[in-house]
Amino acid sequence: MRWKTETVTGWGRALSATEQIARPEKRAGLAQIAAEAPCPAMGMRRSYGDACLNDGGKTINTTRLDRLLGFDDATGVLEVEAGATLGDLARVFAPKGWLPPVMPGTGFATVGGAIAMDVHGKNHHGAGSFGQHLAAITLIAPGGKPRTITEKDKTLWRATIGGLGQTGVIASAKINMLRAKGDVMVVTERRINDWDEHIAMLDASDATYTVGWVDATAKGTALGRGVLEEGETGSGLLPKKKGAKTVPFNAPGFALSGPVVRAFNAAYWRRVPATGRTSVKPIGDFFFPLDRIHDWNKLYGKRGFHQFQCVVPLDQADALRDMLRTIAESGLASPLAVLKRMGAGRAGMMSFPMEGYTLAVDFPNRGGVAALVTELEAAAAAAGGRIYLAKDALASGNVVKAMYPEHGDWLKATAKADPKKTLATDLIRRLKLRSL
Amino acid sequence: MQQTWIIVGATSAIARAYARRLADDGAGLILAGRDQAELAALASDATLRGARFAEAMSFDTNAPDGFRKILTRAAREDGSINAAVFTGSMPSQDQIDADPGLIDGTVVDNYAGPMRFLQMLAPMIEERGHGTIVGVASVAGDRGRLGNYVYGSTKAGFATYLSGLRNRLTRSGGHVVTVKPGMVDTAMTWGLDGLVLLASPDKVAGDIVRAVKKRRNTIYSPAIWTVIMGIIRTIPEPIFKKLKI
Repeated sequence: MRWKTETVTGWGRALSATEQIARPEKRAGLAQIAAEAPCPAMGMRRSYGDACLNDGGKTINTTRLDRLLGFDDATGVLEVEAGATLGDLARVFAPKGWLPPVMPGTGFATVGGAIAMDVHGKNHHGAGSFGQHLAAITLIAPGGKPRTITEKDKTLWRATIGGLGQTGVIASAKINMLRAKGDVMVVTERRINDWDEHIAMLDASDATYTVGWVDATAKGTALGRGVLEEGETGSGLLPKKKGAKTVPFNAPGFALSGPVVRAFNAAYWRRVPATGRTSVKPIGDFFFPLDRIHDWNKLYGKRGFHQFQCVVPLDQADALRDMLRTIAESGLASPLAVLKRMGAGRAGMMSFPMEGYTLAVDFPNRGGVAALVTELEAAAAAAGGRIYLAKDALASGNVVKAMYPEHGDWLKATAKADPKKTLATDLIRRLKLRSL
Repeated sequence: MQQTWIIVGATSAIARAYARRLADDGAGLILAGRDQAELAALASDATLRGARFAEAMSFDTNAPDGFRKILTRAAREDGSINAAVFTGSMPSQDQIDADPGLIDGTVVDNYAGPMRFLQMLAPMIEERGHGTIVGVASVAGDRGRLGNYVYGSTKAGFATYLSGLRNRLTRSGGHVVTVKPGMVDTAMTWGLDGLVLLASPDKVAGDIVRAVKKRRNTIYSPAIWTVIMGIIRTIPEPIFKKLKI
């Protein structure tokens, strides 16, 4: 196996690591690495912080192992290699009337990453998390051979899903695909004037896919204003869409300065008529709106950005409102801010979701952001909430462990699966997740 | 017209990207190569992506007896029988200098094997009056360079063969596209030093699709290599022999 030394970053580009990377093109390469030099696997590195980094160590890039291995038309079970992206699956299967059961905000996330983070999507309130739709996972433990596990392998199964890659390298999985009515989305957008209305509309929404965009710069009586987006799959014809754009270089700092973001957000909010509107969109445009601009993370400039995402229990909506107020007062938010009601669905010991409300906000990496995120993290903890490890780059271990009540069980399971901690990543080390 | 493609050396990264594009278009695929487990994965991938059919078959440049089997299978299909040849091996010049015995295998993998296979396929294309062959040569074949002249010379030989085959098949309605990729981001180049203008396999595959459609004779991929090699080819030998590029 040839190893390439490279300096890489997570999607937020605020943290980086210099690693030796192998990129096998044949399936047998994974087992060979597990035998010779076991190390963590990475996909498209769409985690924002350091979950996808292993500074000074080795990693496997799985993106060339992305084949569709089998599909059962009757049951909708798809067997696929871990390096395949969810966007690719949506593109191939939507015309056949099937969709990945859960799709996060980017189609560039891989199947392996979606399992290791137990990702959620705009349908979490109904469909639950990605891991709840798996029939089997083929896992290669350090020094081991590929082994297929299912729900029956209780502890290992629940330690692997949402398990941050710490029980072995995920080689492939069987996914229960979801029936779709067609390959377009019927999308209804409604303007929301303030926080209470936002929460009320999220609560009342009975759409399959629901998400609220928040203007995280709006203060006072406008706090919490935004746009509610509801979507259903449908059939129809749409003109062929244009190719993706690319951000060719790092944007200067003022591109996302306070006044620019405030003006953009106000325009974005007003773009939806006060009476709302319904439109038909390609599947990708609804689920992965930002994927149309490749490398959009460069818009945040060389220093990158942070995303804060937490979830708080239903009865703690007021605490979340106070957090949004803190964010709005800080003037540091970017236009990317999302509010969503989550269901209780989660499949692993370290899975993020809990029944409640989740808020995700991007911040350019500049002065004051680290302190703000630490403050928000403490507020989430005080509210009995949880922060999302796929996004985090700044949290501290003790706070995080307290947020994940099954951490102790997961710790035991990972110690058994990977006793030498060969699969540890920068995230694991920063938060000391592989020790008590 | 119904299209069937024999992909020779189907596990290579460029071949995989090209096969996916053909599968998207609904072509029938015979995926030929050595690693049967990998070929099986590629065949199911192609089928699920829309290939009319995709079958894995064994192809070993050292065992030309197997070539006939592939051609017999292809002959069962109506319409055009096409082939794209991606086989190749590239031991470093240092390895070859240390063990000139490696030359034989390099010649067979890059030149003799593919040539023999295509020579057996040619009559079928002539008989049907249509069909396209894509042969992957290399920019390394345009000039003999210190760094990899044994590999380069096999690719030069193959390019000359493709040119002759094009001359032959054009008389009966067939066509040959010679593809000269620059540096491509594959397992062969992963982690090597001194790579420039690295192209993704999918980029090269897209260029091949367009070249086949437009019945181009020879293409460089990415296109920038047309300019680069245009310059390199014009450097007079008395100067070139002293360069290290």
